Amino acid sequence: MRLTARLMGASALCAAMAATSAAAVELEVTHWWTSGGEAAAVAKFAEALNATGTHTWVDGAIAGGGDTARPIMISRILGGDPMDAFQFNHGRQAEELIEAGLMLDLTDVAEANGWKDLVNPPDLLDACTYEGRIYCVPVNIHSWQWMWLSNKAYEDAGLPVPTNWQEFMDSADELQAAGKIPLALGGQPWQSAGAFQVMATAIAGTDAWLKVFRDKDSEAVMGPEFTQVFESAAQAREFTRGSNVQDWNQATNLVITDAAGGQIMGDWAQGEFALAGEVAGTDYSCLPGLGMSDVISTGGDAFYFPAQDDPEVTAAQKELAQLMISPEVQVSFNAAKGSLPVRGDVNLEAVNDCTRKGLDILASGNIIPATEQLLSPDTAQQVNDLMTEFWASSDMSAADAQQRFADIIASAD
Amino acid sequence: MAATHDTSALAGPGAAPARRPIRLFRNLSSKIAALPMILVATVIFVGCTLWTVVHSFTSSRLLPRLDWAGLDQYERLWSTPKWYVSIGNLAVFGLLSMVFTLLIGFVLAALLDRKVRGEDVFRTIILYPFALSFIVTGLVWQWILNPELGIQAVVRSLGWTGFTFDPLYDADIVIYGILIAALWQGTGLIMCIMLAGLRGVDEEIWKAAKVDGIPTWKTYTHVIIPMMRPVFVTSLVLIASSIVKVYDLVVAQTGGGPGGASEVPAKYVMDAMFGAQNLGQGFAASTMMLLSVAIILIPWAYLEFGGKKRG
Repeated sequence: MRLTARLMGASALCAAMAATSAAAVELEVTHWWTSGGEAAAVAKFAEALNATGTHTWVDGAIAGGGDTARPIMISRILGGDPMDAFQFNHGRQAEELIEAGLMLDLTDVAEANGWKDLVNPPDLLDACTYEGRIYCVPVNIHSWQWMWLSNKAYEDAGLPVPTNWQEFMDSADELQAAGKIPLALGGQPWQSAGAFQVMATAIAGTDAWLKVFRDKDSEAVMGPEFTQVFESAAQAREFTRGSNVQDWNQATNLVITDAAGGQIMGDWAQGEFALAGEVAGTDYSCLPGLGMSDVISTGGDAFYFPAQDDPEVTAAQKELAQLMISPEVQVSFNAAKGSLPVRGDVNLEAVNDCTRKGLDILASGNIIPATEQLLSPDTAQQVNDLMTEFWASSDMSAADAQQRFADIIASAD
Repeated sequence: MAATHDTSALAGPGAAPARRPIRLFRNLSSKIAALPMILVATVIFVGCTLWTVVHSFTSSRLLPRLDWAGLDQYERLWSTPKWYVSIGNLAVFGLLSMVFTLLIGFVLAALLDRKVRGEDVFRTIILYPFALSFIVTGLVWQWILNPELGIQAVVRSLGWTGFTFDPLYDADIVIYGILIAALWQGTGLIMCIMLAGLRGVDEEIWKAAKVDGIPTWKTYTHVIIPMMRPVFVTSLVLIASSIVKVYDLVVAQTGGGPGGASEVPAKYVMDAMFGAQNLGQGFAASTMMLLSVAIILIPWAYLEFGGKKRG
């Protein structure tokens, strides 16, 4: 016992000495950005932090996507061994961590640098705010409502590239006959749920979508708009057969290699196209809102900073937070990530067609909140489970899925 | 005290000791040595188990809280389709993995015991997969069973273009795809334990069986296997514990897919606790897992260790 106590004392002493003797702080940052495009983007943060000359970025990437990474991050924070910063989708995922006082309050940095005025759209910062205090820094805007199409795949099949969802569905049979997978879909549950809610915004329209996802109105789920969505999804799932991949970027790769006609995936997919050297408009086409409605959701990623005892670390954490939202880093990061910057005041000259479309929609204000901001993780998980079962199943009818979805929405919190 | 104790023990039953030593203090030093282990077992296993069970009756979300919720979590658990899929999968996986691991393990051990040449080499090869973690095993088999990369692609490239073998992408048979990987990983260890058991059988018994003209297979089934009862019990316990905790293999191979067809209870617990940030639900599910293990284990332990002692 005494030996352990002495050892602990000694190691505490060492730790204290290490902390005081080193002026620079090593900041361990965990995230789940591991695909090619994502890794290139996160490297921009690392470069920017290392370029300050005082602090060092220690990369703590966790492979396997958010569903794998979030549990690891949460258990580390709850276990008393927090990293210095971590990526979450802002919204309700960190609610209880903030309530428990485990997160660093960034309000003073935000006020000193005027985040309130420069973050656009403002609800991104609202999602970081809990009881009037700011706990996270939004770094990008991602929208789910995109469909990516391979021009070459349609050319091979002798078909015109669809310009909306209806055309896509009409020509899917012929595309399948030409040996292509019409719709690429990976096996991860969130992909099925995402594809479904994109179809819901496009087919059912914004009002019905908001009734269901924001107001948790289970009557609206059983309404005619959503009936149409479920029926369309039941058709679409037949066109996903053959995309035997797990990760979203592998599914995107099917489109890049022209093995698949299209994919419903958020704008982060564009990072993969860029990395593969594909050009928007000539190699691939994009349909925001599935070409049916010009509405995009403004979800995104944010960085949270667990509360630490060491004041030097806290200072470094705040520096990193400000760095992430600074104009230069916003531009270089978002260009690599394929996402839109959270600042309304940065100039994006060199953006491609697709990003331009996204920026235009953003400027016109046709935006809806992301599902992460509306649904609790518990409800989101239930939706994920249902959707992955529905998309992979060949015998679950649209009506059954609709009924079960209504039950989930009715019990949502 | 110690001296009298020793002499009375040495004197044996013939000389009646002046005072019976108190049973609790017999082998005192070894009991003291075991104390930390006993404490750890009680506090960590029993204590944390009770804590989990208590919290399964609360509405805890991300953080454990004592907001009493009665049986709500259990009602929700038993009305969730995913949970039924999970326990169904565990039943199929458990039964088949138990039978096949024992069968393959024993047959391999018996074959190696026939004094084959290069036994060491075979033993190493067969035990080797056990050195790999479940995650690595899962990834390797994900590739082998992937229709575009693995067995299906190889067979098709040899000319059988109609050949289809994609268990991981067929919801009806996905659990067998996981079973294959589990068997590949786990049988080696069971084989080694069985082999050790076979080596423990006296050479004379084989000679006696031969003199009596009993065929080899009959010697195995009627003489050797009954003699190896403790070895089988050890193997059974090892296999059973690996079945209940199967999680990482599923995560690495299928992630629960396709369409949640390969979910298992341990994954349900993890998903509920950390994915859905619903601790209460995860605790309820893990309490059900504990209960089912207890239902199987307690009668068995009673039969095995209770009653009269075996020699």
